[in-house]
Amino acid sequence: MSTAAATSTGGSERLYWLMLLAPCVFLAVFYLVPVLNVLVLSFTVPKPGLANYAELASNGAVQRVLWTTLRIGAITTVLALGIGYVVAYALLQCGPRERQILLGIVVASFWISALIRAFAWVALLQSKGLVNSILISTGMIDTPLSLVRNELGVIIGMTHYMLPYAILPLYTSLRGIDDRLVPAARALGATPGQAFRWVFLPLSLPGLIGAGVIVMIFSLGFYITPAILGGGRTIMVAEFISVQISETLRWGLAAMLATVLLAAVLLLVMWLSRFMDVEQALRK
Amino acid sequence: MAAPATPSAPSGLSLNRIIAWLAAAFLLLPILVVIPISLTPERYLSLPKTSISFRHYGSLVTDGRWSKSILDSLVVGIGATVLATVLGVAFAVGAWRLGAPLARRLRLLLLAPIIVPPIVHAVAFYRAWAALGLLDTYLGLILIHAMKGLPFVVLTVAGALANVDPRLEQAARSLGATPRQAMGWVVLPQIRAGIVAGAAFAFITSWDETIVALFVTSRAVTTLPRRIWEGLADNIDPAIAALGTVMIVLTFAVVAISTLRSASAKA
Repeated sequence: MSTAAATSTGGSERLYWLMLLAPCVFLAVFYLVPVLNVLVLSFTVPKPGLANYAELASNGAVQRVLWTTLRIGAITTVLALGIGYVVAYALLQCGPRERQILLGIVVASFWISALIRAFAWVALLQSKGLVNSILISTGMIDTPLSLVRNELGVIIGMTHYMLPYAILPLYTSLRGIDDRLVPAARALGATPGQAFRWVFLPLSLPGLIGAGVIVMIFSLGFYITPAILGGGRTIMVAEFISVQISETLRWGLAAMLATVLLAAVLLLVMWLSRFMDVEQALRK
Repeated sequence: MAAPATPSAPSGLSLNRIIAWLAAAFLLLPILVVIPISLTPERYLSLPKTSISFRHYGSLVTDGRWSKSILDSLVVGIGATVLATVLGVAFAVGAWRLGAPLARRLRLLLLAPIIVPPIVHAVAFYRAWAALGLLDTYLGLILIHAMKGLPFVVLTVAGALANVDPRLEQAARSLGATPRQAMGWVVLPQIRAGIVAGAAFAFITSWDETIVALFVTSRAVTTLPRRIWEGLADNIDPAIAALGTVMIVLTFAVVAISTLRSASAKA
């Protein structure tokens, strides 16, 4: 111990460098190598070349899945942003106690497992589920509505999952807008609608885009909710990849789609970093 | 969207607030459904009508498949939490003390497991773990879950360290502490609340992780999410609702405890 104490701050520095680099080496070996290997597979399996990527242009099933993924991702993003904006706006207006309760509900719902939520949605929406039995017993409908095992079910489940991811960054962004600007616009003769459209809405645009990108990033790669609520009929890219691996054993195609998905997500993250602090946004 | 008549006054029940409460109800809907279903006396999925029963909670303990899964999830979760916490705290403290530009770059690598879609992880680890002989082993899943929890530990601990003065460590050193003593007696005690919160996040991440577990495990290791997934595939059993209720309560307890601890540490 006495020799250790006698060394200068160099001993400290060495310890901290070790602490910094050991986790990085761990991740480089066990994380980076496997993920980069997927990239390599997409060019080498079943034979070297760009054949897997050519399927993007030629394979109708792949195109349909990608289109479904984009369409559901876009609808989910629009719904989550629309509802999320109203909620974030209401959070600004309401009293501190009400705000605390609403924020508590939003944060708590972050932590409910996606599987349990999917289970609850199936219980609610299936043809003998709670929603249909209530509607039938009150005489509003005669035959059960098909609310799940289709695109509608997937969209309901995904919007539910993504809503907190939209509300929290939107609330942070709206809270940062100077609250004297709207009254100032009103004093200068703007109607409430005009003050909102021309003053508040443009100022909230960066937050809106940022929240939208976050929701899109997570929506594109979604697996559990579409797989359970889509019932095998509405297939998004993550489920399609899993089928390629476990059933048709087309590793090259799976690796190519995984690479495309990863590239899309990374591009969105790079774009996002222009609007907001990505680390802040990822913190739950 | 209609702006309120008086933009600054919070009084009155505006349309916005009605929609906000409807959205909150929508967010809580799964909990409001899962808890009553878990109390049904019937074998099939239904709401309790005349009486409630705890039989589905009982089957979580008596049915060997459920209890094995609970145990597996605990083993994997605790292993992953310990590994993620050690590595995450080491990285965050190292980056904080050195403050080098390199550390900021490396932080992107540490955060990648949150951004990369889980299905990409599943493909990657299925291949790599097959090559390493780690498929369907506790160690294999612990390693993966530790990497998925690591970013949350780094983010939380880095947040706690932002309030600690780096000169304290130098002061301890100049007063004769060895590097290890300065770390253990001066730096770590100041960020204890952040470490606990980060560990809680890492545990929940592992407890909840489904997709990669579906790919890299089969019979030997069957964590709860995997078991629920299989249950959802064949028939929908009210025991899943009982388990869901337990998981929701447990998760909220972990979040509440870590929030309270970090709140009391700040006070």
